[in-house]
Amino acid sequence: MTSGSEIEPFLFRHAQHEPDSDAVCIKDPTIRYGNRVAVNSITLTVPTGERLAIVGPNGAGKTTLFKAISGMIEPSEGKVSIFGFPPRRHACIAYLVQRRAIDWNFPVTVYDVVMMGRIRKIGFFRKSRAKDRKIVEDCLEMVGLTALARRQIGELSGGQQQRMFIARALAQEAEVMLLDEPLNGLDNRTQHELIHLLEELSDRNVTILVATHDLDLAAAHFDRILLLNHKLIACGPPSEVFRPALLTATFGHHARTIETQEGLIVVNNDACVPEPPNE
Amino acid sequence: MSEVWTILAEPFQYAFMTRALIAVVLVGIVCAVLGAFVILRGMAFMGDALSHAILPGVAAGYLVHGGARGPLFWWALGAAILSAFGIGAISRGSRLREDTAIGIIFAGMFALGIALVSLSKSYAVEVTHILFGNVLSVSASDLWRIGVFGTIALAFVGLLYKELLVLTFDPVLAKTLRLPVRFLHYLLLILLAIAVVLALQTVGVALVIALLVTPAATAALLTRRLPALMLGASILAALAGVLGLYLSYYLSIAPGPAIVLVATAFFLIVLLFRPHGSHSSGA
Repeated sequence: MTSGSEIEPFLFRHAQHEPDSDAVCIKDPTIRYGNRVAVNSITLTVPTGERLAIVGPNGAGKTTLFKAISGMIEPSEGKVSIFGFPPRRHACIAYLVQRRAIDWNFPVTVYDVVMMGRIRKIGFFRKSRAKDRKIVEDCLEMVGLTALARRQIGELSGGQQQRMFIARALAQEAEVMLLDEPLNGLDNRTQHELIHLLEELSDRNVTILVATHDLDLAAAHFDRILLLNHKLIACGPPSEVFRPALLTATFGHHARTIETQEGLIVVNNDACVPEPPNE
Repeated sequence: MSEVWTILAEPFQYAFMTRALIAVVLVGIVCAVLGAFVILRGMAFMGDALSHAILPGVAAGYLVHGGARGPLFWWALGAAILSAFGIGAISRGSRLREDTAIGIIFAGMFALGIALVSLSKSYAVEVTHILFGNVLSVSASDLWRIGVFGTIALAFVGLLYKELLVLTFDPVLAKTLRLPVRFLHYLLLILLAIAVVLALQTVGVALVIALLVTPAATAALLTRRLPALMLGASILAALAGVLGLYLSYYLSIAPGPAIVLVATAFFLIVLLFRPHGSHSSGA
């Protein structure tokens, strides 16, 4: 599944964060699957606390980019650094995979899943301490899942499932959160609740990168948007990147733009295969 | 009342039946706990392959040491661990899927085992014992070995429980928390190999997979947390072992298949009559 070297540190020592370093710094990494180049020509810095939306069609390399930022794969050329160090030196990067990648029948409760975020802090061979349980309860409270803590995870709605993983990332004390299509399959109201929660996290200086198909939500709620199609097409505030030429370069002719008096309307016909709502 | 007692107690006037009872309970528990990981990680084929792959180890042990059981254990364990690493090396070193690599090693090792056993004069008897177990011949030293290695396997699961849970539920989280993912994977395979080798005598290599998946799958229908699943699977496995031995004693069926049939019956009963609202789990 992965190219690049496997990373299995036994005696893991967490890197000290360089003061004043950017949360995420990407310098032209090349990632290949076999002979196919999945991602290259991306140079980008994301300051601490920023919310960045990564927008592109299916197969554009969004997940690959996330794997590189989280240190699951290493680029063959170029460099990714998190607070001035390689990603594998950090346990403060949370990668929330797409919900369909999870076995929702797995015999764990919401509380159990959030506690998983603590295990690196608890350490090998040890049980959770009172402090860890307090943190888990606080994280559940923050995302509004306290009442559902004892539920088996399959009993949650799609939005609640996503919030559970955010609580786990909080329990992990994650400073960089990567969310892969968190808005997929959620209804309108739930999408906005989730975005509101992400905005609260930014206020706590958590740096948030969200991969999404949804151009409208990205434009309305993110500081900057990165248009991705194997390489960086454009990166900047929504008003700068939502230009017909750039969107066509990203989505081909799947996205059309319509100039109106109120601004640019993006019609994003079939850039994604919509999932049925899971509410 | 006293008649019931007679029926229950009669088999255990024989020391070999008592030893068999202890063996099936201990082995059942070890296999049930590891079986929870097998069903949740979708490793049933791997478990089946490891159990068949111990055959050449057992056969080589026979040829080198005669019937002595102590060395046989190590030969069997060595063959299982070698197969686990062989499967890992093939699936990483080629573009083959892991289950393809498992198929190749599984069949190759099993064939090697049968070929080695066929060199021996009492071929048919030995193959039957290896394939379907021979729990009535468990000796006191066999019991000690089962106790010691079963405890070691369960202790590892207990000590690394939360890491193994994360590895099983969300490998991406395991990687971003910088857990030693590959080490944990192979540790689990080695523990599985231990369980499979211990089960060799009770149910035999052909039926070990039933001890790994059936009680765990049955418990998964009834529980919603992993510790409860492990506990439930252990109880079911122990019960299946005991009932299987009774069946074997009174109906003169081979004990290994009898145990597996009882475990299968438990599964079917729970599947049909499980309480409303419980969910299915795992693979």
